[in-house]
Amino acid sequence: MKRIVVNRYKCAYCGACVSVCKFDANELVETYLEIYPDKCTLCMVCVKTCPMGALEVVE
Amino acid sequence: MTDYDVVVVGAGPGGSIAAKTAAEKGLDVLLIEKRQEIGVPVRCAEGVSKEDLEKFVEPDKRWIAAEIEKAWIFSPDETKVELSAEKAGNEVGYVLERKIFDRHLARLASKAGAEVRVKTSAVGLKRENGIVKLKIRSLGKEEEITTKIVIGADGIESKVGKWAGIDTTLKLGEIESCVQYLMTNIEFESDVTYFWVGKRFAPGGYIWLFPKGDDAANVGIGVMPSIAEKKAKEYLDDFVRKKFPDGEIVEVVVGGVPVSGGLKSAVSDNVMLVGDAARFADPITGGGIINAMKSGYYAGITAYEAVVEEDYSAKFLKKYDERWKKDFGKKLERNKKIQEKLLKMDDETFNKIAKSLEGMRIEEFSVKRLVLEIFKKYPKLFWDMKDLIF
Repeated sequence: MKRIVVNRYKCAYCGACVSVCKFDANELVETYLEIYPDKCTLCMVCVKTCPMGALEVVE
Repeated sequence: MTDYDVVVVGAGPGGSIAAKTAAEKGLDVLLIEKRQEIGVPVRCAEGVSKEDLEKFVEPDKRWIAAEIEKAWIFSPDETKVELSAEKAGNEVGYVLERKIFDRHLARLASKAGAEVRVKTSAVGLKRENGIVKLKIRSLGKEEEITTKIVIGADGIESKVGKWAGIDTTLKLGEIESCVQYLMTNIEFESDVTYFWVGKRFAPGGYIWLFPKGDDAANVGIGVMPSIAEKKAKEYLDDFVRKKFPDGEIVEVVVGGVPVSGGLKSAVSDNVMLVGDAARFADPITGGGIINAMKSGYYAGITAYEAVVEEDYSAKFLKKYDERWKKDFGKKLERNKKIQEKLLKMDDETFNKIAKSLEGMRIEEFSVKRLVLEIFKKYPKLFWDMKDLIF
């Protein structure tokens, strides 16, 4: 099953992806990014927004 | 009885000014910051207008990294247009050291009487009998506190707004995806800000260089994800590799800038949003510090009036909307429309405009001034923008 994962080595926890998600599928928790697969629709908006390319789709 | 009159979520410039303003009026204020250090990590290019900043805080060399006298704008073929800061109202007069600046503002809030808690985040909000029950997590421990008003200063990733029923979701054409390097070993003039515009450099945005003293500068980029073909970092890496091959990167700053032109309304019952949470960054420059501070001030004043009147309804808090709209709301709206026109402009047109302005000294360092000059030179091109400018 496809899902979006965060590459923690690239992620700068800036919150850009959170600001564009309509489904509350991600959240900055203090200094890390949490992604909730059950809420994610794979619309890819967060992937396109990430300045660092830290979000990836995996099978 | 509630635990607090006002809880401010987020200790950036908007949050700290809101907390300071409300505390100075005698309210019981709690200012919470989810990170362990206020001002870190920096998510900003750190440029700010002198005149506007000085309305809020006395300048202090501890948090002023550079003073800027002029701006150079480069078109895609690198034709240079020079703006000088001979009149007041310049858009980037100081380059700040945000790590120190943000802490200074939080200290001012604390001195005014606000309680400050770091490593404390808001994790849920519900309203009950006209007050707010705010769930917070502090050093791993959850607790519920009650307050009359919540001021959401929780940045671009704002959750307070969503919890309160305000739709803050940005579209791909309403955000700038930004990366910035603090670079040393590069050549630049220490009193000049540099901007490179056009799709060649940064689709939907621009590349900037803001000096931070003589030997270091912020070199960054903002691109609009709806039209960019690569990641912001890839565009910036291409640029610095060519322009500053010997440069060293000593810090990386990453963030999104909301360029939607502001929310229609930044209030709901018991809640006001300020700064980036309310999408108050300028759609053209991306600058957000001053609007954040102004909105924080207006939210603090409105909170005081609401407490005096014992009315925390959205209807009463609309006073806050009226205040920010009267101050900078029209400019946000106008600049959003200008930005939409600029996005349609191709690189060749940018080059032609720059050629026509080359050699002129535009004696005011502002977007409005620049657009006016372009309008004078290119009336045909800008005929449909006249309503936005005058």
